[in-house]
Amino acid sequence: MTDLAWIGAALTSARPQALSALLRYFRDLDTAEEAFQDACLRALRTWPKNGPPRDPAAWLILVGRNAALDGVRRRQKQQALPDEELISDLDDAETTLAERLDGADYRDDVLRLLFICCHPDLPATQQIALALRIVSGLSVKQIARAFLVSESAMEQRITRAKSRIAGADVPFETPGAVERAERLAAVAAMIYLLFNEGYSAAGGEALLRATLGDEAIRLARLLLRLFPTEPEIMGLTALLLLQHARAPARFDADGNIVLLEDQDRSLWNRAMIVEGLALIDKAMRHQRPGPYQVQAAIAALHARAARPEDTDWAQIDLLYATLEKMQPSPVVTLNRAVAVSKVHGAEAALAMIEPLAPRLSGYFYFFGVKGAFLLQLGRAEDARVAFDRAIALANTAAEAAHIRLHLDRLIKDSATGGDAKASR
Amino acid sequence: MLYAILCYDSEDVVGSWTKEEDAAVMAKLGVVQEKLAKQGRLGPVARLLPTTAATTIRKGREPLVIDGPFAETKEQLLGFYVVDCESLEQAIETAKDLARASSSAGAFEIRPISVFNSVGSVK
Repeated sequence: MTDLAWIGAALTSARPQALSALLRYFRDLDTAEEAFQDACLRALRTWPKNGPPRDPAAWLILVGRNAALDGVRRRQKQQALPDEELISDLDDAETTLAERLDGADYRDDVLRLLFICCHPDLPATQQIALALRIVSGLSVKQIARAFLVSESAMEQRITRAKSRIAGADVPFETPGAVERAERLAAVAAMIYLLFNEGYSAAGGEALLRATLGDEAIRLARLLLRLFPTEPEIMGLTALLLLQHARAPARFDADGNIVLLEDQDRSLWNRAMIVEGLALIDKAMRHQRPGPYQVQAAIAALHARAARPEDTDWAQIDLLYATLEKMQPSPVVTLNRAVAVSKVHGAEAALAMIEPLAPRLSGYFYFFGVKGAFLLQLGRAEDARVAFDRAIALANTAAEAAHIRLHLDRLIKDSATGGDAKASR
Repeated sequence: MLYAILCYDSEDVVGSWTKEEDAAVMAKLGVVQEKLAKQGRLGPVARLLPTTAATTIRKGREPLVIDGPFAETKEQLLGFYVVDCESLEQAIETAKDLARASSSAGAFEIRPISVFNSVGSVK
């Protein structure tokens, strides 16, 4: 590993803390970003020569702040200021600043930075694009590639999002407990959205969009380090790790969807699974269940099954029932029905999803799952109708191809079971 | 004499390594391990999950269970080696070999082992 690679990693990891402290100081996102950029450039100049500072974030905050002030003063009075290399060698200043940054201040700073990206006026796609740009520090080009849009379109989207939050009230006072909890929930939801944006991709797109999953996990870990005793944040991090662990097995070489029960489980990322299981274990001890923990627990049961037939479907059914109570939604019921079909058979499952039809009439997975149940019941003609409907509603080519596979099998008259979303 | 070599580094920084950078460091550490194994000096080696996965039990009349690592520090315990060395000098040389695997700002703490129980059969 070269010096440059190490410096790159240090700058990336210090970014949320340094940028959020600069934002608190300047109360303006553009100024804070410029100050941080300036500090990074100076770090690239001085760190290889002087060696890395003990606390890279504190160094960047101090140097960034001084550089920005320097610029302001120059514009105002053309007044000379001390060289940043002198300042950066003042170990004492660095230490006091670092001490001041420890603990609550730093935590609320980073939470604020994340929370700004979750502004309710911003549509979800703008929220996550902004978080990737501001918090993760991805380039516009990288973000554009992950969202499968042109660089100029993404540039525009981010600029628009930024100007919208610039006009909005950004709360700089230290949040109270209730406010902090609300911010935490909004940020967790944004990270979850970011992950799903990558997770819903397929085939060749999936490779491009894998960045989104990686970044979502990085942000979840960051959040968990700030709030290490929050069981829902443990649950969220566990959920993302357990889902992302299956990424290498979710598509075959041609980009086709591979169902959970057909996946080569040796391709699953063991390190991520181990970490996810450890986190869900920790979370459960708190006995304060929430939707992320329950979903993580479901993912954990899949991860723990060495073979598909070892899956504890009865437990998954119970967990979905819990989730239904916490977050009543036809999609949750649809997922539960898949577990029900494994435990009680396709007939019970079909009865469960039939009432959902009016609300899910435009939903690809509904017809995919329904078709699979009908197929299991030997109702080939009804299954064909459901699959045709699913193809018409497919969001990606891979989804359509997957259903077509079902239809082909149907034609070959070799009825086999399967489901769509829950087992992807 | 057996020595524990404890690896400390900023998990933020190590977590920001790309997959390729991480793999490159692991490969270099692997070379050192292989050398030690050939010399019959290598004991257990462990890489630990992030401190977010840690739980601490604070002893007391009622032991207290706390989420997170024992101490909040700038650098965290990320892993450890048990190595058989003739002298502190050799242990230092071994740690220096390991240190060359990455250019990050971490540290290795060398702690001579007082009691080593190798009866366990965990694989």
